[in-house]
Amino acid sequence: MIDILQGILLLSGAFYMLVASLGIVRLPDLLTRMHASTKGASLGVMLLMGGVALHFMQEVVFARTMAITFFVLLTAPVAAHAIGRAGYFVGVELWDGTVKDELKPNYNPLSHRLHNPFARKSKNATEDDSGDAGTTDNNLP
Amino acid sequence: MQILIYLTFIILAISMLLCFVRLVIGPSLPDRVVALELMSMLIVGIIGTNALYSNETSFLDVAIVVALMSFLATIGFARFLERGGHRDD
Repeated sequence: MIDILQGILLLSGAFYMLVASLGIVRLPDLLTRMHASTKGASLGVMLLMGGVALHFMQEVVFARTMAITFFVLLTAPVAAHAIGRAGYFVGVELWDGTVKDELKPNYNPLSHRLHNPFARKSKNATEDDSGDAGTTDNNLP
Repeated sequence: MQILIYLTFIILAISMLLCFVRLVIGPSLPDRVVALELMSMLIVGIIGTNALYSNETSFLDVAIVVALMSFLATIGFARFLERGGHRDD
């Protein structure tokens, strides 16, 4: 019984890793490639470690595999966020079929910071009394 | 049981090969960094399977260290890209 479960865990983990690497070859864009690789690879590692823990059946091995699982689960999104942000600011081109780039009108390309829409709205509301001149100043590139 | 371990090794090796294709043809440096991160995840999986194959639990410590190193390397590459170092894609 445990052998069957372990085999299922091992093969499904390897299958998810295969799907992740297939996605990293086939997908057209940096961000879509990251979407394939991060989720598929972390799920694959977690399933493989479950298979390893079922094979040995010791507390020490269980603790180590849980440590690997939690470590991958914590660090994979952080690493993907960092490299995606860096890639976007470096200027990798997006896919031709990209429908909408929400970040492009909302950030400052020099300081790499987002505009705060709520702060801008309140500033406009205070300056609407004096005239419309303030709105052009606030839309600095 | 042994045939399952061999099959897992084969599937992980094919995944490593596909990942290496992206590492070679990747048009920009962030693509290659993503491919390297996926390769380190694959290495963690291969080390875990090797722990099964050789019935040796000490390999799991190596897997922990490889996961830690891959995270640090990715963060380092991201900082390097964002600071605008010299790139030769």
